[in-house]
Amino acid sequence: MFDLEDFRAETRAWLEENCPASMREPVRSEADICWGGRNFEFKNEDQRLWLDRMAAKGWTAPTWPEQYGGGGLSPEQAKVLREEMARINAREPLKSFGISMVGPAIIKWGSEELKQQHLPKICRGEIRWCQGYSEPGAGSDLAGLQTKAEDKGDHYLINGQKIWTSYAHKADWIFCLVRTSWEGKKQEGITLILFDMETPGVEARPIRLISGASVFCETFFTDVKADKKQVVGEVNKGWTYAKYILTHEREMVSAIGGDASAVDALGVQSLDSVGADELGRLDDPILRGDIARWEIDQLGFRLTLERAKDEAKAGEGVGHYSALLKYAGTELNKRRLELKVAAEGAGGLAWEGQAWRNGALAKEWLRSKANSIEGGTSEVQLGIIAKNVLGMK
Amino acid sequence: MATLVLDDEQKMLREAAMRFMAEKAPVAQLRALRDGEGEAYDRATWEAMAEMGFPGALVPEEHGGAGFGHVAMGQIMEAGGRTLAASPLFATGVAGASALMLAGSEAQKAELLPKVAAGELLCALAVDEGMRHTGKAPATTAAPEGDGWKITGQKANVADGGIAGLIVVSAVTPEGATALFLVEAGARGLEVEKVAMADSRDAAILRFEGTPAAALGETGQGAAALASLLDICNAHLAAELIGIAGRAFEDTLAYVQERKQFGVTIASFQAIQHRAAHLFGEIEQARSLVLAALSGLDEGAEGLPRLISAAKAKAAAVADLATNEGVQLHGGVGMTDAFDIGLFMKRARPAAQLFGDERYHAARFATLSGY
Repeated sequence: MFDLEDFRAETRAWLEENCPASMREPVRSEADICWGGRNFEFKNEDQRLWLDRMAAKGWTAPTWPEQYGGGGLSPEQAKVLREEMARINAREPLKSFGISMVGPAIIKWGSEELKQQHLPKICRGEIRWCQGYSEPGAGSDLAGLQTKAEDKGDHYLINGQKIWTSYAHKADWIFCLVRTSWEGKKQEGITLILFDMETPGVEARPIRLISGASVFCETFFTDVKADKKQVVGEVNKGWTYAKYILTHEREMVSAIGGDASAVDALGVQSLDSVGADELGRLDDPILRGDIARWEIDQLGFRLTLERAKDEAKAGEGVGHYSALLKYAGTELNKRRLELKVAAEGAGGLAWEGQAWRNGALAKEWLRSKANSIEGGTSEVQLGIIAKNVLGMK
Repeated sequence: MATLVLDDEQKMLREAAMRFMAEKAPVAQLRALRDGEGEAYDRATWEAMAEMGFPGALVPEEHGGAGFGHVAMGQIMEAGGRTLAASPLFATGVAGASALMLAGSEAQKAELLPKVAAGELLCALAVDEGMRHTGKAPATTAAPEGDGWKITGQKANVADGGIAGLIVVSAVTPEGATALFLVEAGARGLEVEKVAMADSRDAAILRFEGTPAAALGETGQGAAALASLLDICNAHLAAELIGIAGRAFEDTLAYVQERKQFGVTIASFQAIQHRAAHLFGEIEQARSLVLAALSGLDEGAEGLPRLISAAKAKAAAVADLATNEGVQLHGGVGMTDAFDIGLFMKRARPAAQLFGDERYHAARFATLSGY
């Protein structure tokens, strides 16, 4: 067996040599995040270099098979890599719905052809993906989706509309849930299919949000031709794959509650704006109590993330942690931003101007309100816990 | 960081403790003790606990204990919380044993720890002077007298204060240092006033009037030992609170899956489902904190006082939530003495109050975090 400590030493040396200094600084804005894709504009040469070097090692997707562009690492090695990256504050080289969502489903159910076509490009950050799930009439009741795919021999003809499609206007390809059957239960007529966002008939319109940003789109499909070879797994079995991807998405979203940059710092950071009393305590006793309770809850949440991983390794666990963690993590992040805004006073609500970082906090606060809606609302998660974990019916 | 799963030995002990408490110290026993004329604990059950090695779980083998450690003792405390086991385990096996181990001289440890581990010597820890824990230095004084000391002052909310043979008392020396002292039950000038509490356990107010005492170890090290001692106590009270919350939740879940209204079980209602799911998540997150605190004690983790305050605060909050929701979701029968849920509520609160409730520990957490 490959010795883990050797691997750690090699990894440390390689990162030391290959991670540019500017890629070891905290992510300060959206522009610092590398999303990849055909039209992605790298912020600087370091960002491009870091992606290319990590991709060449297969470390943008460390545990994926090497033959498809992954790193072929064991879970233990991947943990070492994460730890070593964290040690030098290395940024993620690539943020990708391809890696966090559709990729695992292609690996698990996709044809060999699909794997060879898509996975290497995902690993190299060449293609940016978006997720075609929600529709105007199918939000929490996702299985009620109506986007229609008609069988036309070698292709499907797709008509319908998606909504809340994150970054659809910037994505190259979409993994899309379509209805291929109106027979039987609504869950049994859904197919997961992949197609290029440049296909004629695809139109993505950004939606202006309360934060002023437009990260979500309405996405329209008018007589879009999608090759049948791009169906993931079996026709009409898409609901199973969709739920699998949602589990990955929940895990990704729940991580927000354990955001390392927020850890342990809220109370201390608030001293700057709130001030301290003669004993060094935050000079607003009720806010201090609220923050202490939040920090305690967040510590419990972070330890539960760790425990879930430890139990998974030991082959035990309560199961369905993903719904619990998604619910708890997103509610915590909303509370964090409420407290941050409260600590900053009216300054936390400023919208423009250099002094207020152009309203970054106010916009982050508003953005967080979507945390408990996207990827399945808090109410949907509570329903999943009640039914699937607690057996309530 | 330590792994947050139990090892095989800890798992076996947990299962054994769960079985023991369910068979030998069930909620029915607490009811019988409450309604009877005798003591607030059952001697035969305590002897059986001693045979299992529970009172000596923290005591090293060289002093007659099992040396299982804090994670293991925490499993026993949780198991006891699940059945509201009314026993001297906490005051003797956690507080008394830890006081002797932390502060005692070699001679005191050699003499007293074997008796504690065997369940022969019951202990009580007398720290608080009012009915709320404040974390302030004691007003109770200790003055040298002959070879020993004499104690003067008052202690309140002393768990097992009325049944203990050995009382560990915090007091301030003439030099102004906080130190720990040992007072024997029945000593001259010691007055014991039993206080009946909501949980039907033994609690007392103790008054000392020039009561003879022996210093526990070196008087100069008392403040640090007391701080560590209270941390240990709070980690184990948190473990008990997890047991209380977990069982209150399970009883409630079983009840709503049985109770029918409008022709269906009330567990089928979303209003009930979401409250239950939220509570379940809170208990699991509190459990992670308590496990981290216990394994931190075993491994001497950094920042332990802060972690333990977080664990006690969260466990107390979750036990409040579980018992409040428990009574509400039981409906009218939740208010009756016939159902156990109310007994869980009546133990959750005193267990949280002892050595600092949720608010106290949230505030301490903030102080230790630097704000």
